[in-house]
Amino acid sequence: MSEWWTYRLTSFLLFSPRTYYRLIELYNLAIWPAQLAGIAIGLAILGLLIGKRRHCERIIAGLLAVCWLWIALAFHYQRYAQINWAATWFAVAFGCEALLLVVVGVLANRLAFQTARGGVAWLATSIIAVAVVGYPLLAALTGRPWTAAEMFGVAADPTAIASVAVLALVRGRIRWLLLVIPVLWCAVAAATLWAMNAPQGWIVLAAGLLALWPALLGSPHDAAAAMR
Amino acid sequence: MWSRRRALRMLAAAGACAVLRPPATASAQSRTVLTRPIPSSGEALPVVGLGSWITFNVGDDPVARDACTDVMRHFVAAGGRMIDSSPMYASSQDVIGYGLHKAALTERIFSAEKVWTSSGAQGHEQIERSRQKWQVRRFDLLQIHNLLAWQEHLPTLFAMKAAGQVRYVGITTSEGRRHRDIEQLMRSQAIDFVQVTYNPVDREVEERILPLARDRDIAVIVNRPFRQGALLRALARQPLPPWAADIDCASWAQVVLKFIVSHPAVTCAIPATSNVAHVRENMNAAYGRLPDGALRSRIIAAMERA
Repeated sequence: MSEWWTYRLTSFLLFSPRTYYRLIELYNLAIWPAQLAGIAIGLAILGLLIGKRRHCERIIAGLLAVCWLWIALAFHYQRYAQINWAATWFAVAFGCEALLLVVVGVLANRLAFQTARGGVAWLATSIIAVAVVGYPLLAALTGRPWTAAEMFGVAADPTAIASVAVLALVRGRIRWLLLVIPVLWCAVAAATLWAMNAPQGWIVLAAGLLALWPALLGSPHDAAAAMR
Repeated sequence: MWSRRRALRMLAAAGACAVLRPPATASAQSRTVLTRPIPSSGEALPVVGLGSWITFNVGDDPVARDACTDVMRHFVAAGGRMIDSSPMYASSQDVIGYGLHKAALTERIFSAEKVWTSSGAQGHEQIERSRQKWQVRRFDLLQIHNLLAWQEHLPTLFAMKAAGQVRYVGITTSEGRRHRDIEQLMRSQAIDFVQVTYNPVDREVEERILPLARDRDIAVIVNRPFRQGALLRALARQPLPPWAADIDCASWAQVVLKFIVSHPAVTCAIPATSNVAHVRENMNAAYGRLPDGALRSRIIAAMERA
């Protein structure tokens, strides 16, 4: 791209805020009641993280993979790509994340979560709860209809925020491999919302960074020790 | 020796004089749409067209598609002809095709499209896809979007023009980018159109590109007349001055458009909107009197205060 410094964030926004939220509204109407399944998956992940049930790592990875794959196909590829040609690549990225979760988390069973106690775990579970239950409320709080609410499991932003919170609790370097796409999506979503002058851009970025905090604390052993 | 271009230019100038009368003699009651000739052919184009950047990218939302169709219907009913789009504008091409077909406007518009791919080999294929989306027999104008891969696309477009597959060839830029390259192509290539950003705030093109366009008989399309609405939002705080009535303007949008199209090198400005009231307001700027030099200076001063 020549003279790249002359481009602003808004130069890359291909649609109006009204079109974007209308797209989400029509998507929600088309997939209803899949949103209920999304919320159920979110609450199940939360319960599994707190309860530390047997095989919970595999189940959590599998549930997250289902959400990422759904969003890749039903949202990015089928809907968002209509108004944003880059969404085809977003679909590929979300599909890759789903594949990583299946390979690393389900098939190889390489996910081991930090003990769900202490301030770090409290922060992670709080962010997941906010992403699942609180994020949909933003629609009403910002003057949009309930039908345009973005729900965990079927909408990209709350799913990415919750995924960062979950994956930041994973022990070992493998977590960084799984965190790349969710963290990048938080940045892309925040940039898109800023370009639309939507205040929730700050919320997505702040939630994404906060959710990343456990992974940034240090080595997994240090983090685990801090939680005991 | 008189070239065809030179002869057409003289005819075009005569045509322009017939329509773009000076303020002192123009009638405020006139309902003849203001037109400018395309220098390379003499064909008259209404001075206000319709852009589709952002505004027509509404996906497959049936309500929004019908709203865009209404905009096109009112645009054509008010005398408008040029509708401009690009493969870069996502679903805008589909929405234009939907509206043109539904409102039976295909034969009444001047279709301006672009080629936007870094691969010269894919240019022809992309143009054909665009044509199918518009549902037109051929495009009136094909432009190279932001000069992307112009070395490869320009021969393709000239070949298409020679074969009667497109009527005019052009190049585009926006927001002041690559003006040196634009100038170089205007000097060296037999293009019919150039598309640039111009408004009372962004006036860099007045120095070289607009005079060059007149000198080289190249039609000028003006994009971003309102800086994507920012100019009008800033002006909304100011009351419309009394002198706006002297050029038959009832809004700042009309003042800005009349400033743009009163430049003698400008052929057509292409404001984008998805609002019927706005397209009607914009099209009213294609009627009545235009500002003279003194009034143009007052418009610039008003913009600088905003």
